[in-house]
Amino acid sequence: MMYRVRIEVSLKQGHSDPEGETAAKSLQELGYPVKATHVSKVYTVYLSADSGSEARRLTDEMCRRLLANPTKDNYSFNIEEG
Amino acid sequence: MQEDVRICILRVGGTNCDAETKRAFDDAGAKAEIVHLNEAVEKGNLSDYNAIVIPGGFSYGDHVRAGAIWAKEVMAKLGSELLKLAEEGRPVLGICNGFQVLVEAGLLPGFKGVSKYPEAALATNVPIGYYCGWVHVRHVNSGRCIFTQKIPKGKMLRMPVAHAEGRFIFSKENEEALLEQLRDNDQLVFVFCSENGGPAGGKYPANPNGSFYDIAGLCNAEGTIFGLMPHPERAYYRWQQPDWTQTDAASPYGDGRLVFESMVEYLKAK
Repeated sequence: MMYRVRIEVSLKQGHSDPEGETAAKSLQELGYPVKATHVSKVYTVYLSADSGSEARRLTDEMCRRLLANPTKDNYSFNIEEG
Repeated sequence: MQEDVRICILRVGGTNCDAETKRAFDDAGAKAEIVHLNEAVEKGNLSDYNAIVIPGGFSYGDHVRAGAIWAKEVMAKLGSELLKLAEEGRPVLGICNGFQVLVEAGLLPGFKGVSKYPEAALATNVPIGYYCGWVHVRHVNSGRCIFTQKIPKGKMLRMPVAHAEGRFIFSKENEEALLEQLRDNDQLVFVFCSENGGPAGGKYPANPNGSFYDIAGLCNAEGTIFGLMPHPERAYYRWQQPDWTQTDAASPYGDGRLVFESMVEYLKAK
């Protein structure tokens, strides 16, 4: 079974987000009423797995092992068939 | 007494400081070899070397996070061999991208051996962007770190940095406790300082990346694994320094040599 997994890796609260701050400042300078900007990374992974629960287990493992560093990153994902 | 000290300088795509690192080791009295990771995997001969070095560069284009891909690759392909060597106390050095690899691989800070997941991160610089320039660091280690044993505690050194992800951080929830642990174990090695020797105090450009506690380099609890963001191999010779024509020609070397000298001397004495 093929699964389409959308993984979002974002910074944990309290950590500096220099890219987000730079974007926010730039948007404010363009005149937008922007309070803050947070940058996160989105990976779309096409995964072959025997079941939805297996796809979830593999995704969680991939996030812990490579895509997120638990010191500073949170991750979340949703999985769709197809 | 070890006659021949053999150093393995690993490389992958995107590594770009291997040649000058080899030259520095060779000049310091070791026999360094540049070995592609796949070659080391195929030959399975890491144990032939007295020390392993992960040099600077931008392995795999710094994608995902700087050093992350190489770290997971090296642990997947050479992990058991590397861990065996590390347990034996064979030195492992990571410079710049190498430091990022050691942190991502869980080898540093290494409070209790190797951690399954990283216990720290080298995050995006604050202020944001790639920073390339000469910085000053203070040696703060009391003797645990074998890579700086020839450097008196308190000595200031000048070396260049060149990175976009060098801001050393711990988890926000326990950063003070982990800093205390680094201090208690004598794991702090280099901290950024100002040109006149005062503390950088987190301020740019003395602290060029916003590192927590101005951390520029640290070792594991045993002092045998060391990572640093500055490039000692780019401050090895006097003529690599920006003001070299005005410095004392009597000494052909720059401050970076002390790291290589310390390491080679330690290995020769074994």
